[in-house]
Amino acid sequence: MEQKNKRRFRYVIGLILLLAGMLVLILCNIGIGSVSVPIDEVVKCFAGSQTDATIKGIVWDIRLPRALSALILGGALALSGYLLQTFFHNPIAGPFVLGISSGSKLVVALVMVFLWGGAVKISSGALIIAAFAGALLSMGFVLLLSKRVQNMSVLVISGIMIGYICSAVTDFVVTFADDADIVNLHNWSKGSFSGMSWSNVYVMTVVVLITVIMTLFISKPMGAYQLGENYAKSMGVNIRLLRVLLIILSSFLSACVVAYAGPVSFVGIAVPHLIKSLMGTNKPIWMIPACFLGGSVFCLFCDLIARTVFAPTELSISTVTAIFGAPVVIWVMAGRRKERDE
Amino acid sequence: MMKDYYFFTQKMCVGYNGKLLIRDIEIHLKKGNILTLIGPNGAGKSTILKSIAGQLALIGGTVWMGKDSLQDMKREELAKKMSVVFTEKIRAEMMTCEDIVATGRYPYTGKFGILSEKDYRIMDEAMDLVHITEIRDRDFGKISDGQKQRVMLARAIAQEPEIIILDEPTSYLDVKYKLEFLSVLQEMRKKKGLTVIMSLHELELAERVSDQILCVKGSYVDRIGEAKEIFRPDYIKQLFDIEAGCFDEENTSMELEAIKGEAEVFIIAGGGTGKDVYRRMQREGTAFAAGILFENDLDYPVAKALAADVVQTEGFEPITEALLDEAKRKLDSCKRVICCKSRFGSLERVNEELLAYARSAGKVIEMECNTRMED
Repeated sequence: MEQKNKRRFRYVIGLILLLAGMLVLILCNIGIGSVSVPIDEVVKCFAGSQTDATIKGIVWDIRLPRALSALILGGALALSGYLLQTFFHNPIAGPFVLGISSGSKLVVALVMVFLWGGAVKISSGALIIAAFAGALLSMGFVLLLSKRVQNMSVLVISGIMIGYICSAVTDFVVTFADDADIVNLHNWSKGSFSGMSWSNVYVMTVVVLITVIMTLFISKPMGAYQLGENYAKSMGVNIRLLRVLLIILSSFLSACVVAYAGPVSFVGIAVPHLIKSLMGTNKPIWMIPACFLGGSVFCLFCDLIARTVFAPTELSISTVTAIFGAPVVIWVMAGRRKERDE
Repeated sequence: MMKDYYFFTQKMCVGYNGKLLIRDIEIHLKKGNILTLIGPNGAGKSTILKSIAGQLALIGGTVWMGKDSLQDMKREELAKKMSVVFTEKIRAEMMTCEDIVATGRYPYTGKFGILSEKDYRIMDEAMDLVHITEIRDRDFGKISDGQKQRVMLARAIAQEPEIIILDEPTSYLDVKYKLEFLSVLQEMRKKKGLTVIMSLHELELAERVSDQILCVKGSYVDRIGEAKEIFRPDYIKQLFDIEAGCFDEENTSMELEAIKGEAEVFIIAGGGTGKDVYRRMQREGTAFAAGILFENDLDYPVAKALAADVVQTEGFEPITEALLDEAKRKLDSCKRVICCKSRFGSLERVNEELLAYARSAGKVIEMECNTRMED
């Protein structure tokens, strides 16, 4: 009994830490930059008593939407990775390594180039749908492969190859598209949280929030699924339905990210592992909110670095997430090897 | 008539990917019965169990629980009636033993799987029953295979099933836990009317615990029935295609391959004094003759399995002069004589006579004091 409470205490503390980290990082993201905004000025902005229009503009129109999109999309990406890892029973699965992000990127790039070429204004909702279609396309390939090859490393390598193919085609399209917005497209295809409008933030908030809530509703069968399909079946889980839901939800989450911020690497793989170690559990009901918060913290932190370290030059977000995320993946693989040898 | 049975199958045909493996399986169990599947490796025991548990689609036929066909039953309903322990290893990341047991409560918890006080009480009972309460907070990945097996059993019990399907549940258990495991099954059967269908490799356990035994051999069910119908002389040897050594159905014990050829040693024993010496001879590779043994003697099945030659007589009948002569003749051709008896009972005076004969014939005689008997 006592042990049970101790563990629950740890989970709650973990969530509180993540939440606190998130708040601190939001403030940092708003305050730090080419124009430094002291904390009391930031507070004034929120309170509505800020009189300096420049500062107000920087905080409200540029930095806050950017921070919020890093928060929401980072969370979505980490959660997407966690769902895929559960689906494949594989710790190095993630939307980026399995080529799902790149699939989205390709379809979004095609839609942007051909519809922008025809001077049609595309809503962000349409972009999400395009990204989702691309994600499902890549996912379909990966699933077909996973039926034929049981070996997980082969699967991951295939995913990476699919990613390369999609990226190559995307680059091709971007290179030869002649449009004034091509610079924008080029930035987007490398991944960035910059240039988010409030309307973007509203849409992504609603879409991601709904998806996350749906994910919480499959946390129970996910927990059963972790024991393996046979046991899950014996507990009354509808395996086929669960698998379909896992695929759709994870693809949709990563599609949202790609539609707004382009492909962002390593968050989906690295964050769930860091969070697992922090929480000391793999129970979906705790991991789902914690992964989301973890992804938010990770992306807020990385975006801050991308923006500020080499200012005024801005790094692409994937550059920074890779620096912090890739070592985590190596650490996970090394740890697994050790466990198997024991 | 089928109404009398709690669980039965009609012409059940099982296999993988639509390929038929075993056909026309007829199982009839009353509530509280224990059915054990035995048979050689790869004979299809797991396939049958997985088919019964609904993990594999049936190729044909029907499985019934009372009036309900298992195929038509809702998954959630079935989960409240049937639980399983498979042989496959589970990859449980960062889960304690208690977490694993808690998954057994899955069919009973709400939308988010929050455990109630009642759930915890049932889990506690299940963990108590298989003695894993001390390791409940340990990481499941870091305990021994035997402990894992008990955790999985506790999980299956926590699911509060009416029928439990177990695939080789004792394979990693030591003798203490093997016995305890069977006691748990018997207790659950007595208290809750639990019906058990399992596969076992340990024939001696199968014989002792099962109401019915089903023998699977390759593509068909060879026999089904009570232990006394299954453990008939030479049946196990045939079922498993035993080539080296032999199996004694009477005592469900096995012996290694006998040393054939001309006997070099004659062993006088009886009442269980000779077994160890017979086996030592077998290990050393020495062919031996054994005598004179009653057919109901403890030493007899071992001698029968290992000796090149046995001089025997019917149990509880006096040993005849003719038999003594036969024994003497066999002893003549041996270089050494080992006597395992320090004193002879009144019905085996003949063996004392045989010893005296060996002495007078100038044979090398070794006396073997059997410490096992004196303990």
